[in-house]
Amino acid sequence: MAGLGFVCLLLALAVCVYGIGASLYGVRSGRVEFSASGRRAVYALAGVLTVAFAVLEVAFLRNDFTFNAVADTSSRTTPAAYRAAAVWSSQEGSLLLWAWLLSLWSSLALFLTRKRLRDVASYATAILLGFGGFFISLMIFYADPFASTHPAPSEGVGLDPLLRFPTMMIHPPMLYSGYTLCTIPLAFGMGALLARRVDADWIKVIRRFAFAAWLFLGMGILLGARWSYAELGWGGYWGWDAVENASLMPWLTGTAFLHSLMIQEKRGMLKVWNVSLVLATGTLAIMGTFLVRSGVLNSIHAFGGATLGVPFVTLIGVLLAGSIYLVVSRRDMLRSEHRLDSLLSRESIFLANNLVLVALCFVIFWGTYFPLISEALTGQEASVGPPWFDRYTVPLALVLVLLSGIGPVISWRRATLANVRRNFLVPVLTALVTLVALLAAGIGDKPLAIAMFCCAAFVFGSIGQEFFRGSRARRAMAGEPAPLALVALVRRNRRRYGGYVVHLGIAVLFVGVAASSSFQHASELGLSPGQSTRVGAYKVTYVRPTATITPKYDEAHTGSTLSLGALLDVTEARPPGRHVATLNPSEGFYASQEASQGSVGSLIGGQPVSHIAMDAGVTRDVWSAIEPNIEAPALARIVKAGNRTLPPEDALVAIGYLAREYLKHPPQAQFHFIVSPLVMWIWIGGGIVFGGALIAIWPAPSVVRRRVAMRVRARTVRA
Amino acid sequence: MSVPVAILAVVLFALVVLVVSAPLRSGRGEHAPDPATSDSSRQQASRQVIDLNELHSERDAKYREIRDAELDFRTGKLSAEDYETIDAQLRAEALEILDRLEAAEASTRSS
Repeated sequence: MAGLGFVCLLLALAVCVYGIGASLYGVRSGRVEFSASGRRAVYALAGVLTVAFAVLEVAFLRNDFTFNAVADTSSRTTPAAYRAAAVWSSQEGSLLLWAWLLSLWSSLALFLTRKRLRDVASYATAILLGFGGFFISLMIFYADPFASTHPAPSEGVGLDPLLRFPTMMIHPPMLYSGYTLCTIPLAFGMGALLARRVDADWIKVIRRFAFAAWLFLGMGILLGARWSYAELGWGGYWGWDAVENASLMPWLTGTAFLHSLMIQEKRGMLKVWNVSLVLATGTLAIMGTFLVRSGVLNSIHAFGGATLGVPFVTLIGVLLAGSIYLVVSRRDMLRSEHRLDSLLSRESIFLANNLVLVALCFVIFWGTYFPLISEALTGQEASVGPPWFDRYTVPLALVLVLLSGIGPVISWRRATLANVRRNFLVPVLTALVTLVALLAAGIGDKPLAIAMFCCAAFVFGSIGQEFFRGSRARRAMAGEPAPLALVALVRRNRRRYGGYVVHLGIAVLFVGVAASSSFQHASELGLSPGQSTRVGAYKVTYVRPTATITPKYDEAHTGSTLSLGALLDVTEARPPGRHVATLNPSEGFYASQEASQGSVGSLIGGQPVSHIAMDAGVTRDVWSAIEPNIEAPALARIVKAGNRTLPPEDALVAIGYLAREYLKHPPQAQFHFIVSPLVMWIWIGGGIVFGGALIAIWPAPSVVRRRVAMRVRARTVRA
Repeated sequence: MSVPVAILAVVLFALVVLVVSAPLRSGRGEHAPDPATSDSSRQQASRQVIDLNELHSERDAKYREIRDAELDFRTGKLSAEDYETIDAQLRAEALEILDRLEAAEASTRSS
């Protein structure tokens, strides 16, 4: 079956080459049947890559170790759900996932645009097939997911323990969907420039895909942050890791694009800005994909093995050069049709918002790529850590949140000072009340956090005011009761009110970030059973040790041979010391492939993985991690004796002795405790953002659209 | 490669060729050009469809602007005076687009 998979890759490449030729010939000659054939090549590509992906997926599920990808990243003891997700844990499988998702999203985009933008769509088809051909070529010539070994090994290496978590199953498909969706506006943007048609029709078509890219990329980023916080052993959700940054950058430029697109739609302005943003977003998405496969990173996100740096750098170079050429050579058709009517207008606020977003992206870009370039040129390792990023991104984030509250209360085209004063009253009052309350609560020593809380309160005030006034206007017009008026208001103005909900979610998210960063209590220390420590407002007591041995073919998701941990009792530090939670953090010890570690040592000699324990709440999270000392003398003696005397098939007996010794005479363990306020609001805020995005992107039923259009037309003609 | 796999590969190839070549093979189908029309006529017809789609999008965007302005006025972001001015301006722009749309539709029908 590996042969079928590889034949699919070859067929897919041929389809890409044909499709590019047919689309370009079709658009240049006006022969629509060739353009249609080029579009169908994308559908065919999706079909062929679906077969290829299915072949690889079945190989993983059936433990077919003749496939090198299966042998390197899966095993018989890996649970079925993780075997299914292990497909994209390798370089080769992830490339296939990327190409497959690209073909699916491209097929959808081209199907939905089959009756519009014919010339633009033909160029876009060629560009999308070009991307497809690139990734397929990488697989054929550099990283073949269907490479096989005969005879097959009897057992695979197994899935990296760090990836054995539910969030990690969905994080890559979401992220890759975001990246691949970013290429669709890029392709249509380049197509529009090639066809010299950057107009209202292009905006209408591209907006939904840009929004979908933004949505999926954002979900992927948030899932990654959640995995980092809830599964990794460092207790944070964002570390300004290069790969995290690489996914955030296109999301920032994509956000800017979605805003300034509205200005082009209404006023025919910012055309250069918009095409530049859409090209930048797509290019940054490709750069993000490049970063994990270039070999320049030593990161949990990076794929080891063959480096694909040179092909990716070539592609990025072509994209950059092509984008710059197109924008410069088409600048005559990108001139704005109007100018800003007033600085006091929503257009001005959007423009300021975009400048802040692009500035954020630039800061992150500099902090991410400059050290890599510097290291490549000088050979000396350079790094830029979280303090550097925080110094520049925090002030920009404050301005961003503030602008997200100002925009909704200012009208399009122009606003009068009197109206602005009136509309700002409630939001400003809300912010002031918040400031007074915070100062009265005695937390005036964190000025940046206070500033963020006040900006968020401003947003809550302005958005709340918008919903209230909008419902009131609707009730005055239609005589509906308040709840119905609110629903009808949102249904008839999905883009506006969906956008407001997104702004609300962003403010909530930043409240969570500010609180958890500024008011966190953390402690790292060694404890023995019976000992306690204070962390923030809580007392944590190490009650007793815990140990779990899992047999080889376990049903538990961790797959570890031995898990050593501790039972912790969390109580309020103040009398009467009310019980808050019971936590059981542990560390899993996994089997390794190193025979030199001995029969017993190799059962627990693999990379240990921390399994954190957390009591999550609306007001705070209490987070704990443990690092048991498995090399304590008494435990090391057991391992040594087992290595000397036990054959591999009996080595688990020694693990049993090890666990018993740990329970009877537990050595001091290292603990990491964190109490973070309002972390849950980060995830809640993210959920609100995505809910708002769904409202904004959801199409109104066509009958409603026609009714609304007819009513507006009738009013227009009567006037 | 085993025989069943080879057969599968051939079937897949045949399906791909069928799907991709369908527009080229269809006689008087939606994709096929009318042999009686010249290349320049086809390009002109294509251009007219493009212009119509563009005008429909402009019209929809202008309607949305008119509704947004009304909502801005009703939620107190625009004074009555400003609303009247902007609304009149937007409706004039909408009428201009509607006129161009009607002309384009008439031109398409006649050709």
